[in-house]
Amino acid sequence: MLASLIIVFREVLEAGLIVGIVLAATQGVAGRGRWIALGIVGGIIGSCIVAAFADGISSLFADTGQELFNATVLLIAVVMLAWHNAWMAQHGRELARDMKAVGHAVRSGEKSLAALAIVIGVAVLREGSEIVLFLTGILASEEGGIATVAAGGLGGVALGGLVSILLYAGLVQIPTRHLFATTTWLLTLLAAGMAATAVNFLAQGGMLNAGGTVLWDSSAILRDNSLIGQALHVLVGYTDRPTEAQLIAYVGVVVGILLLTRWAAGNSPSNRSRVASAAE
Amino acid sequence: MRRVSLLSAACAMALSGAAFLSAAPVRADDAITIVIKDHKFEPAEVKVPANKRVTLLVDNQDATSEEFESGEMKVEKIVGGRKQIKVMVGPLKPGRYPFFGEFHEATAQGAVIAE
Repeated sequence: MLASLIIVFREVLEAGLIVGIVLAATQGVAGRGRWIALGIVGGIIGSCIVAAFADGISSLFADTGQELFNATVLLIAVVMLAWHNAWMAQHGRELARDMKAVGHAVRSGEKSLAALAIVIGVAVLREGSEIVLFLTGILASEEGGIATVAAGGLGGVALGGLVSILLYAGLVQIPTRHLFATTTWLLTLLAAGMAATAVNFLAQGGMLNAGGTVLWDSSAILRDNSLIGQALHVLVGYTDRPTEAQLIAYVGVVVGILLLTRWAAGNSPSNRSRVASAAE
Repeated sequence: MRRVSLLSAACAMALSGAAFLSAAPVRADDAITIVIKDHKFEPAEVKVPANKRVTLLVDNQDATSEEFESGEMKVEKIVGGRKQIKVMVGPLKPGRYPFFGEFHEATAQGAVIAE
């Protein structure tokens, strides 16, 4: 029973941390609870569907369906995170200028809530479908499996929820002025780590055959599958044995999002009106 | 309108990454088979050539799903009950690379020896 609780918790952890970051990034935004709940519920429903069709998905595209599915949903999340950060850069400044508190800039994030709901949805979807397969396996094979499934499932999910709340509670201790910058960075690194993971799925599926050499091995210091390693994997994209292709993807996404947000900030309505008034 | 251009810029960023993908998957000549039975790997140790891409074929003969996983080889893939999967690993430097079945970690343990 404890073993199943731990496995469920490890799967829930990633989605739990992402929910925690998104909660902090959307601090004060009206209607965020609804969007985040929508992401979680949608992800859970999707998990059951994906688990039900797992064998079918796996056999698609010459048996690379699982890798393509994982890589695709990760890259969708990367695009959504990039767009969210760019949107915030574009609209945050204009609102910060017009309103006294920078806190209002964070509140303007309402319109990008849908993007973040998708990020949460796909995180829940990826990990959730594995939980469903694991738990249905127990149900099918063990005597009194229902008790194990209920205890493991509910306990693991409750622990994951606790992690979300703890991370959120920790992040909102940061003064509002710095909170926005912090969560922007966290979302950027989250996206970079997801891109590196996606690249690994493509390599595993045999679609990416270059850059598979492992650059260094820091597993003696911090292993990927330790609890801290797993948490850092989500938060900053830590991996103990990065390949060349993963490093390229990671750096590429960080640079890409920085350029995109800079371009978006320069393109913001406030900036444009300033240029227009100077021209008059 | 602005929102559309932002989204397309974000998509363009993602697509540029696709340029790194090779057009056709390169398959290794022979897959190395590992059987899962009664939540154990058979053989528990397999030898593979070092410094080249290798395909592992995992044949799950149990009725329940398993997750074939190895941090050392950077693979993670669900194998349905009575299903087979393939994963590509490497190039691996000579050495021992443990793998396990995450859903039955107590018994499902094995290793790839690259040489």
